[in-house]
Amino acid sequence: MTGWYLGIGGVGIRRLGVSMKKHWLRPLWVAIAVVAAVLVGRVFMVPDDFGVHGESFTYHYYRASNVQEWKDFPVKYRGRERCERCHRENSEEVAASKHAAMQCENCHGPAAGHPREVKKLPIDASRDLCLRCHQTLDYPSSLRRELPGVNGDRHGRKAECRKCHDPHHPDLEDRR
Amino acid sequence: MSCSRRKFLKQTMAGALTAALPGITVLSLAPGEARALAEKSNLRWVFLVDTRKCVGCGLCVKACKLENEIPYDAPITRTWVERYVVTKDGETHVDSPNAGRDGYTSAEIRGEAIDPENIEKAFFVPKLCNQCENPPCVQVCPVGATYQTDDGVVLVDREWCIGCGYCIMACPYGVRFFHPETKTADKCNWCYHRISQGLESACVQACPFGARRMGNLRDPDDPVTQIIMTERVQVLKDEYGTEPHVFYLGLDERVR
Repeated sequence: MTGWYLGIGGVGIRRLGVSMKKHWLRPLWVAIAVVAAVLVGRVFMVPDDFGVHGESFTYHYYRASNVQEWKDFPVKYRGRERCERCHRENSEEVAASKHAAMQCENCHGPAAGHPREVKKLPIDASRDLCLRCHQTLDYPSSLRRELPGVNGDRHGRKAECRKCHDPHHPDLEDRR
Repeated sequence: MSCSRRKFLKQTMAGALTAALPGITVLSLAPGEARALAEKSNLRWVFLVDTRKCVGCGLCVKACKLENEIPYDAPITRTWVERYVVTKDGETHVDSPNAGRDGYTSAEIRGEAIDPENIEKAFFVPKLCNQCENPPCVQVCPVGATYQTDDGVVLVDREWCIGCGYCIMACPYGVRFFHPETKTADKCNWCYHRISQGLESACVQACPFGARRMGNLRDPDDPVTQIIMTERVQVLKDEYGTEPHVFYLGLDERVR
């Protein structure tokens, strides 16, 4: 009877009168097994906290614990306030100078691990660091033009800037 | 007591509809969605870039790379600084050598010397992830590895990302890139690990000129929110409908 319901193939078989196993059953079982395997595997592989955590599936379909994982990412730059705790004198000196807006870590590098693991932070005393701001670029409509600048190719004979200019105290006039 | 067939059908239909209504409303919202609507976050991070203050020192890019463990010398970065030099003939020269990581210490642009006399205007523009309200990069992710947090930041789940790169292609701002060490998509997340514990993001902290600032858009008293509400601010590629949340002060029409 089933032949009638199964379209051309089934009808064909009936007409031929051949007694034959239902050949379509095997791929059907395979397909069902594959789908079942995926569904079962999914239960084990997708974390419990994976789902819609917000207003829409489009933007808020994710693994919830990942938010905390990102929050736990290690901080490297600790900020001036932390440096101040031990290096009060230096920090006060800089705060009173024209470099007051500079973070300590802009030149001294990120303070993560200091002082416990990293005893001394490597200071970037290169000319290139100073020239980031102090290479003259005569750009109208940019604050760059207002900064005191030099031509890095000619000024100071390629010596480290700090040989003459104390970065904590950049004005030559009130150099101690 | 008489009940016409018409009246009976009418009442039955009305009754069925009334009974089904709350069901329809609830069914169209997933549990997470309903919860999110009930308790909308009172924090929405927002970024403000004052291009008039940027001098192109690139300390922000350097700090970002070191803070977020982005390979220092690889041509990838989460934030960058572009230089625009408009000459008097109306031509715009744009460059961003090493993403601006080492600052701008030469007047040459792409090997071309430009006479300062010939410059009409020149300025620097910092760029970073816009943490869009409608992030196209999140829409296209086939595995749910990138998403928007309830405070508006778009994050990438490094465990879940398969590195297919659809999101990198989808971002209209070119913010995303492939991280060669994690083998996943990567992007600026406004230093989510820092801002969620009360610190400034690495780029904001490193900027000596206050060109980069962050605030909470849901707090009307926040100084950054105040500026965005009361001053003339602009966003990048507004026409895309992504609702970017990096607002710019003093942006030139040549900046795309």
